[in-house]
Amino acid sequence: MNAVITVLGKDNVGILANISNKCAEAGANIIEVTQSVLQGMFAMIMFVDITECTVPFAQLVDTLTEKGEEMGVKVHVMHEDIFNAMHTV
Amino acid sequence: MINSHDILETINMIDNENLDVRTVTMGISLLDCIDGDIDKACDKVYDKICRYAKNLVRTAEDISKEYGIPIIHKRIAVTPAAMLSAACPTKNPIKFAKALNRAADTTGVNFVGGYSALVHKGFAPGDYSLIESIPEALDITDKVCSSVNIGSTRAGINMDAVKKMGRIIRQTAERTADRDCIGAAKLVVFCNAPEDNPFMAGAFHGPGEPDCVINVGVSGPGVVRAALAKAGDCNITDVADIVKKTAFKITRTGQLVAKEASKRLSVPFGIVDLSLAPTPAIGDSVAHILEEMGLEQCGAHGTTACLALLNDAVKKGGVMASSHVGGLSGAFIPVTEDAGMIDAARSKSLTLTKLEAMTAVCSVGLDMIAVPGDTSAEIISGIIADEAAIGMVNSKTTAVRLIPAIGKKSGEELNFGGLLGRGPIMDINRKSPEKFINRGGRIPAPMQSLKN
Repeated sequence: MNAVITVLGKDNVGILANISNKCAEAGANIIEVTQSVLQGMFAMIMFVDITECTVPFAQLVDTLTEKGEEMGVKVHVMHEDIFNAMHTV
Repeated sequence: MINSHDILETINMIDNENLDVRTVTMGISLLDCIDGDIDKACDKVYDKICRYAKNLVRTAEDISKEYGIPIIHKRIAVTPAAMLSAACPTKNPIKFAKALNRAADTTGVNFVGGYSALVHKGFAPGDYSLIESIPEALDITDKVCSSVNIGSTRAGINMDAVKKMGRIIRQTAERTADRDCIGAAKLVVFCNAPEDNPFMAGAFHGPGEPDCVINVGVSGPGVVRAALAKAGDCNITDVADIVKKTAFKITRTGQLVAKEASKRLSVPFGIVDLSLAPTPAIGDSVAHILEEMGLEQCGAHGTTACLALLNDAVKKGGVMASSHVGGLSGAFIPVTEDAGMIDAARSKSLTLTKLEAMTAVCSVGLDMIAVPGDTSAEIISGIIADEAAIGMVNSKTTAVRLIPAIGKKSGEELNFGGLLGRGPIMDINRKSPEKFINRGGRIPAPMQSLKN
């Protein structure tokens, strides 16, 4: 079971590190990361396997969202099924 | 693997274009709560709703969090209360309204619909007393919604009920005049009412429905408008295609939420209602979609054609995205709940007569329209009869949700707050339909062939 973490906002030192740390603490395994910085705006999309997650998914959502707020970026953590549902026939 | 463009598009829809699932509505049959002793019946009603919907709100919130899609309302629709009150004809059915309101408070839902009667062909025991109690019920409760079906394509229009409902709407507004007449905003008069509609105020659980069911209503006018804005100056065939594709994506979220809610609550999935339901928030307006198509303002000549295209394309896109589609499905045009409609009504670009024409091609009818406080019951009945005739002849659902603004005149405003919104009081035609309304009887069911 995979989740998609997206981080959008102003580029800063340590965004990837902070998010990855929180994932590691929760036992969420990072499968793939794509990121780009366009005119100072940071956009990262991270696929994580949450099958072995040690905390409830809702808690992981809260932790990462709060971390994002601390860093001044917008973090979304969503089950991958929402994207599959919307973008595949 | 999902591509990043699709992911960012979804996030943008949610963050900036007001994509949400408007409502997860649990339909609950109360037929097994019927009892000759009204107090016993009310206890059964309260217990059954609380038992079945115990986890509804929490489950919807969990799903919302996991999938990152806002679910705005959690609601309950029940068997029309007139069917329960039929078993205790000498008692005041207001007790059912109180029981429903208590159950809504306990379960945490924001509305419970079904203080309703189906009288399209005539009145059965329970119907009279229930309808007469509607003004009081909508005054003393805050979460109960009421609807009355007064006509259908197969039965015609019950003009005795039309007459009665004009008076009931006025009385409901009068009783809640100190709260901007909000009682009338919780009362809908239908022709061809669907039995599985998840949207308020007209939701009820029809007698043909299973014991319990999950119905979901989607939304997303802001997403459709943004997609059209992005497309720029394309021709109208392309406009229809863009609406279809967007409606598909919107409906998919509803289907996912519906299936997940159904699984987690162990309740059968009923339908997804493919609707574009506006809110007064900026960027969540159906009127703005019509304006994006090329109208200077909603209400201009061409509005009915744009709305017809929109309503049809939403259905075509949505049908393929869901395994079961039902409810009202289409574009809603509730005036006070739509920022673009409010502006158009204020500037008098949008009039009641234009709205009536629009209801022939939209998903419901004359919805959330404030009329002057001195509008007579007969004029309200005349408006109901006109609207029901459009629904009856065109084999579609039409409805009337008018709010007589007691003590106020055309040009002044009502403000309900929240999603019910605010809006100007619209002008009406003052010529009297009194003699027509007082004739009573039934308008016969229309021909279903020789369609011209």
